[in-house]
Amino acid sequence: MNIILKIWRQKNAKAKGKFVKYTLDDVSPEMSFLEMLDFLNTKLIEQGDDPVAFEHDCREGICGCCSLYINGRPHGPGKKTTTCELHMRLFKDGKTIVVEPWRAKPFPVIKDLIVDRSAFDKIITAGGFISTDTGSAPEANSILVNKKHADDAFDSASCIGCGACVAACKNASAMLFISSRVSQFVLLPQGKIEAAKRVQDMVAKMDELGFGNCTNTYACEAECPKGISISNIARMNREFLKAKVGAPKDLG
Amino acid sequence: MITLDSKIPEGSLSEKWSKYKSSIKLVNPANRKKLDIIIVGTGLAGSAAASSLGELGYNVKVFCFQDTPRRAHSVAAQGGINAAKNYKNDGDSIYRLFYDMIKGGDYRAREANVYRAAEVSNATIDHLTAQGVPFAREYGGTIDNRSFGGVQVSRTFYAKGQTGQQCLLGAYSGLNRQINKGNVTMFSRYEMIDLVIIDGKARGIITRNLVTGEIERHSGHAVVLATGGYGTIYYLSTLAVNSNGSAAWAAYKKGAFFANPSFVQIHPSSIPVLNDYQAKLTLMSESLRNDGRVWVPKKKGDKRPANDIPEEERDYYLERRYPAYGNLVPRDIGSRAAKERCDAGYGVGDTGLAVNLDFKDAIKKQGKKAIENKYSNLFEMYEKITGINSYEEPMRIYPAGHYTMGGLWVNYNLMTTTPGLFAIGESNFSDHGANRLGASSLMQCSGDGYFILPNTIGNYLADEIHTPKIPTDTHEFDIAEKEVKERINKLLSINGKQTVTSFHKRLGKILWDYCGMTRNEQDLKKATELIEKLKVEFWNDVKVPGTTDELNQELEKAIHVADFFELAKLLVADALNRKESCGAHFREESQTETGEAKRDDENYSYVSIWEYKGDDKPPQLHKEELKFENVEVKVRDYK
Repeated sequence: MNIILKIWRQKNAKAKGKFVKYTLDDVSPEMSFLEMLDFLNTKLIEQGDDPVAFEHDCREGICGCCSLYINGRPHGPGKKTTTCELHMRLFKDGKTIVVEPWRAKPFPVIKDLIVDRSAFDKIITAGGFISTDTGSAPEANSILVNKKHADDAFDSASCIGCGACVAACKNASAMLFISSRVSQFVLLPQGKIEAAKRVQDMVAKMDELGFGNCTNTYACEAECPKGISISNIARMNREFLKAKVGAPKDLG
Repeated sequence: MITLDSKIPEGSLSEKWSKYKSSIKLVNPANRKKLDIIIVGTGLAGSAAASSLGELGYNVKVFCFQDTPRRAHSVAAQGGINAAKNYKNDGDSIYRLFYDMIKGGDYRAREANVYRAAEVSNATIDHLTAQGVPFAREYGGTIDNRSFGGVQVSRTFYAKGQTGQQCLLGAYSGLNRQINKGNVTMFSRYEMIDLVIIDGKARGIITRNLVTGEIERHSGHAVVLATGGYGTIYYLSTLAVNSNGSAAWAAYKKGAFFANPSFVQIHPSSIPVLNDYQAKLTLMSESLRNDGRVWVPKKKGDKRPANDIPEEERDYYLERRYPAYGNLVPRDIGSRAAKERCDAGYGVGDTGLAVNLDFKDAIKKQGKKAIENKYSNLFEMYEKITGINSYEEPMRIYPAGHYTMGGLWVNYNLMTTTPGLFAIGESNFSDHGANRLGASSLMQCSGDGYFILPNTIGNYLADEIHTPKIPTDTHEFDIAEKEVKERINKLLSINGKQTVTSFHKRLGKILWDYCGMTRNEQDLKKATELIEKLKVEFWNDVKVPGTTDELNQELEKAIHVADFFELAKLLVADALNRKESCGAHFREESQTETGEAKRDDENYSYVSIWEYKGDDKPPQLHKEELKFENVEVKVRDYK
């Protein structure tokens, strides 16, 4: 198949970016989207041009490295699919494909399609953990967990931190990301103890870093490659309220 | 001359670690803050070590090349993590886990290290659970376990097909907690390019900031490599495409010995190669073989769709050849058996390089829901890539390069032959012999990082408390930085015609064809020649665009591939030296009448350990004789 690509090119964080058009012939429908970009880059390098920088690593939808805003959608047209799992058979011959980096203020562009998502790390650093030192844990089965809660905690924990939720949101809100972490821990007995402090620390950091608020458009849930449910945000809001109006002594 | 002392403590196997821990030197809490530790890599081993050492109060600096520590390839381990809890009351014990690993590794691992790995496995599960890792649970609230390849008990803890992701996120949380407390400083998008040795001790690293290209110096009282395996040397592998062997290789060239480089595990169940553009192969977890049955048609070249082939015309070759273990044979055996059938003309799919993994019977017996509960994410992943729904027709699988048992040689303290340089997780050689059993990689990484290194590194650092902060403006740092810059400039100045990736693909093909699942002397000699020729071509005709002062992914790849040429030569040399078959290393000259691997314990019951002698000189072979005092060395039989 033949395709036309309009790709965002930006030399570095300070440079001004622009779209550059490339036509690519002989694309196989069996190629993954990133293999198509590899193919383009091989051509660019061979003709002496600078290849397109994009982020990728595991190429099986689990590491969360890959991003890309494809035809106006984070991770492109696939359902519950990361860009690396996307295949060219989903695109039509002869059509134009627009490829952009994540667009969100807290994720500045580093080069071409690569953005800086370290803001997510900062939120986790602020409180996205259970405080337990190596060696101090009790026997694993002494903490019983209701199976339903364990399964729900797992579903929340399957977030891969790619940032599609932020890119999809008109407010650049990180609430789906944060709430998945808050939920995972609050659903487990071992995470309940510092729940109030955790949610407040993470939300405070989120605000400080310039992420927007949630206005219930559900775009994040629709575009999340791992199907993280919006109900996590509701749970986080409850936890946040509880922490604020509840028992300040919990804050420790 | 360095003498190889594996420092195995005295005493009976089950008492070695506890006695040793009680006798090694300690560092006073007040002194720990004055000691700098560099950790390279933030997979499960690196993140676990960083958080644990941070908790102890050391001053830790951690480096990873990804944009965040959570991306490391431990994230992709699917099936599970082993521990000897015996929650299933099926006769498991620390000894049995140890025995399974020794046997699974085909009697080529060091007893004391393997026993300790099994011994700390239970504390690891406790710790991961306390961190909030959402392991699968029974309705009563206890943790569920499942069985896994190569063993007859159910000791594998799992979180659907995402166990690695969940364990890594646990370690990542712990790491972030220490960053929050100021005990750990994180350097993301940094790559270690060289190791700095001062007065014979590892004292620092040279890094490249992957955003600005700046070459920087970092010093420490000890350096820990947790940089994973080198499976991407085959180009197509189940690894993340940016995984590489460069940090371990830099350490080797600076004097650390490299052990068993030819021991590379070829995983039996990956999605087969589909086209020439493919950049990687996707693993389908071994856990699928708990319920999936592996088969090929009984008739050669039978191209009918799988579901049209009647039961009596199917050859369930693993169940036929290995009735005791059936579909749960260890990985090396499963891989070779698939290759044997495909080479003989019974393979399926367009290329004939695939076998069926069929869930029909399991779905009939347990219901689709039960299978979904266990593997839904794997089935989804498979469908996304191939477009095939495996609830309705079998998956197609084929072996692919996966895990490297070989790595930097370490003693019982996990210290390399270079004092102050430690290697943990997949980057060392220590626990898996010639073949790794499923679900033992997460187990080793967390054991090394949480429970072993934090003890053994203290024993080394106790003698360093009078060493002030290591300055970076010394001659040794000057030279290392100069060499790094020269190598980078050389790569950028060649300005040839061929891309880095094209070279990587060709190198991978040479290794896969001549030093892959089966090996023989003639092929290996041919591989040596071809690699050398390709290496010369690379240094004359590679094209690396851009400059060093910017984010330059092609340059990053070029550095890795340049190292892979050298590592490939060592890998092949090691395979040539070992004229026996053992585990994943199958020498065609050494097999039984039924085509099983034939070990030669009389001549090869040793770890082959290679010392770098210069670019133009062959490496020197050293041997660590393996002594088996607690298990009887037997023919590895899964029949």
